[in-house]
Amino acid sequence: MGHLLQIDDVIIIEREQLQQLLVVLQEQGYTVVGPTVRDQAIVYDTVTTLTDLPVGYTDEQDGGIYRLKRRTDGALFGYAVGPQSWKHYLFPPRIRLWQARREQDGFQIEPERHEMQKFAFLGVRACELHAIAIQDRVFLRSHYVDPHYQSRRRNLFLIAVNCGHAGGTCFCVSMQTGPKVTGDFDLALTEILTPERHFFVVQIGSEEGASMLQDIPYKPASDEELQQAEAVVARTAQQMGRQMETNEIKETLYRNLEHPRWQEVASRCLTCGNCTMVCPTCFCSAVEDVTDLTGMTAERWRRWDSCFTMDFSHLTGGSVRASASSRYRQWMTHKLASWIDQFGTSGCVGCGRCITWCPVGIDITEEMRAIRADDATNAPQNH
Amino acid sequence: MQAHDIILAQHPFFAGVKPQTWSLITPCASFLHVDAGKYLFHEGEEALYFYILSEGKVLLEAFDAQLGAVPIETIAAGDVLGWSWLFPPYRWHFSAKALAPVQAVTLDASCLREACERDHDFGYVLVRQVAQVLMQRLQATRLQLLDIYRTPERGKR
Amino acid sequence: MTMTSIAPELAQDPMLPRRYRIQRVQREISDTFTWILQPVEGNTVSPFACGQFNMLYVFGVGEIPISLSGDPGKPELLVHTIRAAGAVSRAMQTLKAGTVIGVRGPFGVPWPVEAAQGKDVVIVAGGIGLAPLRSVMYTLLAQRARYGRVVLLYGARTPQDILYHKELERWRARFDLDVAITVDRASGAWFGNVGVVTRLIPHASFDPSNAIAMLCGPEIMMRFTAIELEKRGMAAEHIFLSMERNMHCAIGFCGHCQYSPYFVCRDGPVFSYDRIRALLVKREI
Repeated sequence: MGHLLQIDDVIIIEREQLQQLLVVLQEQGYTVVGPTVRDQAIVYDTVTTLTDLPVGYTDEQDGGIYRLKRRTDGALFGYAVGPQSWKHYLFPPRIRLWQARREQDGFQIEPERHEMQKFAFLGVRACELHAIAIQDRVFLRSHYVDPHYQSRRRNLFLIAVNCGHAGGTCFCVSMQTGPKVTGDFDLALTEILTPERHFFVVQIGSEEGASMLQDIPYKPASDEELQQAEAVVARTAQQMGRQMETNEIKETLYRNLEHPRWQEVASRCLTCGNCTMVCPTCFCSAVEDVTDLTGMTAERWRRWDSCFTMDFSHLTGGSVRASASSRYRQWMTHKLASWIDQFGTSGCVGCGRCITWCPVGIDITEEMRAIRADDATNAPQNH
Repeated sequence: MQAHDIILAQHPFFAGVKPQTWSLITPCASFLHVDAGKYLFHEGEEALYFYILSEGKVLLEAFDAQLGAVPIETIAAGDVLGWSWLFPPYRWHFSAKALAPVQAVTLDASCLREACERDHDFGYVLVRQVAQVLMQRLQATRLQLLDIYRTPERGKR
Repeated sequence: MTMTSIAPELAQDPMLPRRYRIQRVQREISDTFTWILQPVEGNTVSPFACGQFNMLYVFGVGEIPISLSGDPGKPELLVHTIRAAGAVSRAMQTLKAGTVIGVRGPFGVPWPVEAAQGKDVVIVAGGIGLAPLRSVMYTLLAQRARYGRVVLLYGARTPQDILYHKELERWRARFDLDVAITVDRASGAWFGNVGVVTRLIPHASFDPSNAIAMLCGPEIMMRFTAIELEKRGMAAEHIFLSMERNMHCAIGFCGHCQYSPYFVCRDGPVFSYDRIRALLVKREI
């Protein structure tokens, strides 16, 4: 304690003070959401104390493989990412948009009145922070503003965490989204565990972040502690499980829309859509109009949708993208190429979830490599 | 130069014809007028002429015992009509009826075929031009066959 | 502890329909009918531009995109021509005058009607594609002197499928419009053109170096029409197509209408040919 904390200050808090921070947040009306262990995976859920976190857990990930393993220490954030992302809270899988009631002459529509919850996200990875920023661009900074996303996003308190452990399918270094946390956050933590100490190097990212820690015991960070924090991130950067060449990735994909690789991957792809469900940036949704048996009330709901479904591109007479190859192509070229034209950045943050959670282990980095290896520009002239 | 020579000389179909070749073509040319409702030719008849329409509209039709007269396609002023005169057995496959009064330049078929034999360069140009017309009409016919304006059946793909 | 206040943004959610009443239902050809809609009391009128569309909602059934086909100069009445082809449009076919439905919109990039001033205008419509182009005709006719030659080429399936028959007859009778109609097939009683609409292009009277073309119909028809117009000497930047894709939200969020990088609902539905030429020949894109 001491001087007024400011943005860019870097301080140290011990493990116990992190618990105090949770209490302060809850007293301020925040629902804290953080990692928990459930169904043998790391799942984001409400947390009230540090013991709700995956203490001493880590994950092993590869194409189509995810396992939780115990660590030899008591790290709170010693894993990479689980199947879910924060979009579960900002862009929920199912929400009602409005209700309508039939009346004598027509119907009356009632806009949704949902209670505004204030969320505090605890443990947002660098890649996830970028994913939130990417969805902000989709829902807040395009032609229209999505009020459902906006109301959830507005009061968000973001506690980011620098990764000390790279997942087996991570490639944030290639996508320039990590492992070091950059962007808009309130607090950024780096967990340091030694035999003697368990503490956090905390970077203040906003005034709200500063005010939350103001009354919690902290010390300014020493040079040695700063170096320890940098070493954690540097070590993680060396541990990337995958790599993606991003140079001219948009142009490469645009000129290879007829590449034979699309047929090849389609022979493996089940079009199950797992990748779109676990991806932190996928934003496609379906609008469903429903009514009850009496026909007196109607509702409009929004739920997640996936470009892998047969119905996604349906027009009377059939779907525009009927083949599996065209649907895989749509997902991958949207994520890595047309997203750039639409929103100014890549849609991929290199979190590796699509690789881990694909039941047949299809690897987006490997698909991209295969297309580059046999790029249309290298094709002989007489095709 | 006669009036029909001028029409032919300006027509895009004959754009590739060399000036010295005109002496082969002009003897084949003459004028034709057909009243609305009258036929230029009937299916099965000898294909005696190649038609270049300068005015009017011609309907190509087929005849079926049950269906009666079935319209195939209309040919407009500025178009050329007929290619059966170029290939044995030199008989029309469809009938052609004037929907509006027709003014056309006709080229005698045997005269044209003779010109092709005598001057192969001209023969190449003529056949190439006919091939292009065939291609355009075939593409158009294929589009007609696709029946693109029908209401699609649900989820057939 | 949660805060219990209402998110203010939700009151203006662009997913909320406004209520309109069907003032009149007009039967057109076969499964096609036209709705004339007026706002339910108290609603404001939204001006629209030619080529835009509304999302029309039937209580408890669903919502589909339908082009506006009325006069933009008279936005108090919304005119929509609908073909009963899917679940929602078939339900719409059963609704009588007086029924209240929901409307969201107008959405989409319109036809470049202002940019066409001082130029010849070539309108090529196929089938129900004539509906969104009718708005263009109304606009051109309202200020006829501002445009050069106006040519309408319309292709229908059979003579019985000619949409807006009476209006077409009136337009054809005008001396300041060139209207040509053709059908894909006909019975012996038809004395008009037979053949695809692209066959009308070589002989249409317009100056390709000073013209704007607006095309609407099945994708394959627009594709071949654009090729014919280019053969006539028109530049691809002056040829405009109205594209169609599956739409749920119409506001660029649901992702359904994506056409490579474009959202048809907000980057279209009107696109210039040079922008989408390469996409038109790609399968399943």
